[in-house]
Amino acid sequence: MFAPTPLNRRSYRKQRLARAVFFLMTVALIVPVLVIVGTLVIRGGPAISWEFLFTPPRNFMTEGGILPALVGTVWLVLVALLASVPVGVAAALYLSEYAPDNLLTRTINLAIINLAGVPSIVHALFGVGAFVLFFRIGASILAASLTLAVMTLPVVIVATRESLQAVPQAFREACWNMGATRWQTIRKVVLPNSISGILTGVILEVSRTTGETAPIMFTGAAAFVAFLPESVFDQTMAMSYHLYYLATQATDVPEQTTFGVALVLIAIVLAMNAISIAFRVYLRGQKKW
Amino acid sequence: MVDAAAAPERADGSAFPLYEEQPLVEVRDLVISYRGRPALRDIDLDVYRHEIFGIVGPANSGKTSFLRALNRMDAFNPAMQVAGSIRINGKNINDWRNEYALRSRIGVVFPLPVGLPLSVYDNVAFSPRLRGIRRKARLDEVVERCLTRAALWDEVKDRLDSLGSLLSGGQQQRLTIARALSQEPELLLLDEFSIAVDPVTTMRIEDVLRELRSEITIVLVTNLVQQARRLADRTAFFLTGELVETGVTEDLFEGKVKDRRTTGYLEGRFG
Repeated sequence: MFAPTPLNRRSYRKQRLARAVFFLMTVALIVPVLVIVGTLVIRGGPAISWEFLFTPPRNFMTEGGILPALVGTVWLVLVALLASVPVGVAAALYLSEYAPDNLLTRTINLAIINLAGVPSIVHALFGVGAFVLFFRIGASILAASLTLAVMTLPVVIVATRESLQAVPQAFREACWNMGATRWQTIRKVVLPNSISGILTGVILEVSRTTGETAPIMFTGAAAFVAFLPESVFDQTMAMSYHLYYLATQATDVPEQTTFGVALVLIAIVLAMNAISIAFRVYLRGQKKW
Repeated sequence: MVDAAAAPERADGSAFPLYEEQPLVEVRDLVISYRGRPALRDIDLDVYRHEIFGIVGPANSGKTSFLRALNRMDAFNPAMQVAGSIRINGKNINDWRNEYALRSRIGVVFPLPVGLPLSVYDNVAFSPRLRGIRRKARLDEVVERCLTRAALWDEVKDRLDSLGSLLSGGQQQRLTIARALSQEPELLLLDEFSIAVDPVTTMRIEDVLRELRSEITIVLVTNLVQQARRLADRTAFFLTGELVETGVTEDLFEGKVKDRRTTGYLEGRFG
C-alpha cells in the first residue's frame, strides 16, 4: 500500500531528467543575452552622456553624439507604424472574421506566413524598385518607412489574426444568434477581447523595425545628415545604419562610441519590449474570461 | 386555411388560438447534411402560432440540427448544408437578405450555455441595445424583467456588474435564457434549456414559458419526455434523422400513435 512501484520510480526519474534538460536549454538561451548586454554596458556605457544623446556627430563621426540618428529612427518607426498597422489589422480582420474558409483564403494565409520569412534585403530591393524609383518618392523617410511597413505587414497580420482567433467561436455565435451583425460582433465582443494580443504583436514588431538596417539602407537612410529631418521627404540618419556605418565604414571612431550606439539601440528595443509586456499585463487584467 | 373542426385541442380542452391562421413555421422537404452525409431527411412539419412545439428523440436524431436550420445557423458552419424550404411567417428564410434581422426575431438557447465576456447586465442589455434602446431606465427594466423570467434575478441582482462568463453553469444557462428573452423574440428555440438547472428552478422557468405562450411561439427540444408532456401542446418524435410522427402531446402519451416506436420511446423502452 502506497509504496512506489518500479514504474512510479522510473516515471519520476524521467520527469526529473526532462526538467533538468529544459532548464539547461533556458540557461543556454539567457547566457548569450546577458553576455551581449553586459559587454555593451561595460564598453559602451562610459560613452553615454547628455551630450552623446543630444548633439550631432562632429569631425567625421569621431566626436559628438547621435541625435540625428535617434530622431531619424523615431521618424522611420512611427511612419512605418502608421502605414502598416491600419492595413495589417484591417486585412487580418477581413481574413479572420469575414472571409469564407475556402482554398483561396487558405492560400492567402499561407502566402502571408511565407512573406514573413522573406529576407529583409529582398524587401530592401523591392523598396528601391517600388517606392524610390517607380513611385519616384526618392530616397527619403517615406520610402524607407514604406519599405519597413511592407516588411512588417505579414507579421502584423499574423499576430492580429492569431489574437482574433483566440477569441472562442462560441462568443461570436452567441452574438450572431441575437441578430448582431459581424461588425457589431467584432466591435463589442471580438476586439475588446483580442486587443491586448494585437497591441503586443504590433509593439514587438516595432521593436524589430528599430533594429533593421538593410531595408532602409538604400531607401532613405544616410550616413551623415547634419540637420534633423523636417518632413517625410527628407533623408535621415538612423541608429541601426549609423551603427553599421561606424563599425564598418568610418575610420578613427573611438571603440567606446560604437559600443555606445549599440547600447542605445538595444536600450530602445528593450524599452519597447518592456512597454509591450506592461501593456499585455495591464490588458490581461482587463480580460473577460 | 385549415378546417377548424380538424384543429387539435390542447390538454385542457381549449383550441389552439390561431390554428386557423397560417402556421408560423412551415417546413417542407427539409434535408440537413454534414459534409454530404444526411443528418435529417425529408422533414415536413408546421409550428402554429402561440404553441409550444416539443421535439423529442434519442441522441443523434437531428433535433439540434433542425433548430440550427430554423435560425440559419448553417451559415456559421461550412460543413452544414440545408436543402428544402423553411418558411417563417410565410416567407422563406433564405429570402431574408438581411439574415441578422431574421435572427434578431428568433431567440435561441443551446445546451452549452455561453455567457458573453461582458457583465451580467450587459449580457442581457446586448440585444435591446442592438435594437437601439439607449435610455438607462428602459434598459434596467428590460434586464430585470428578463432575468426575473429566467429565474435568475434573485441570484444576480446584487452583482449585475460581475462577468457573465464567471457565473456557474446553471446560472449561465439561465443567463442565456434571459438573453434570448431580451430579444423579445417572436419565435423561441430552446434546446435542452434545463440541462444544468435544478428541478425547482426548472419548474419556475416552465411556468414562465407557459405564460409566454400567449405572446410568442416556442420550439422546445428536450431529452426529458416528461418535460415535453408538461409543456408541449404538440410533440414531434425524431429518430435517427427521420420525423417518425407529430401529434398532440397528450394523444401521443396516451398511446394514440401512428407508429409504435413512438410509444416505445415515450415509455422509455429504448433511446
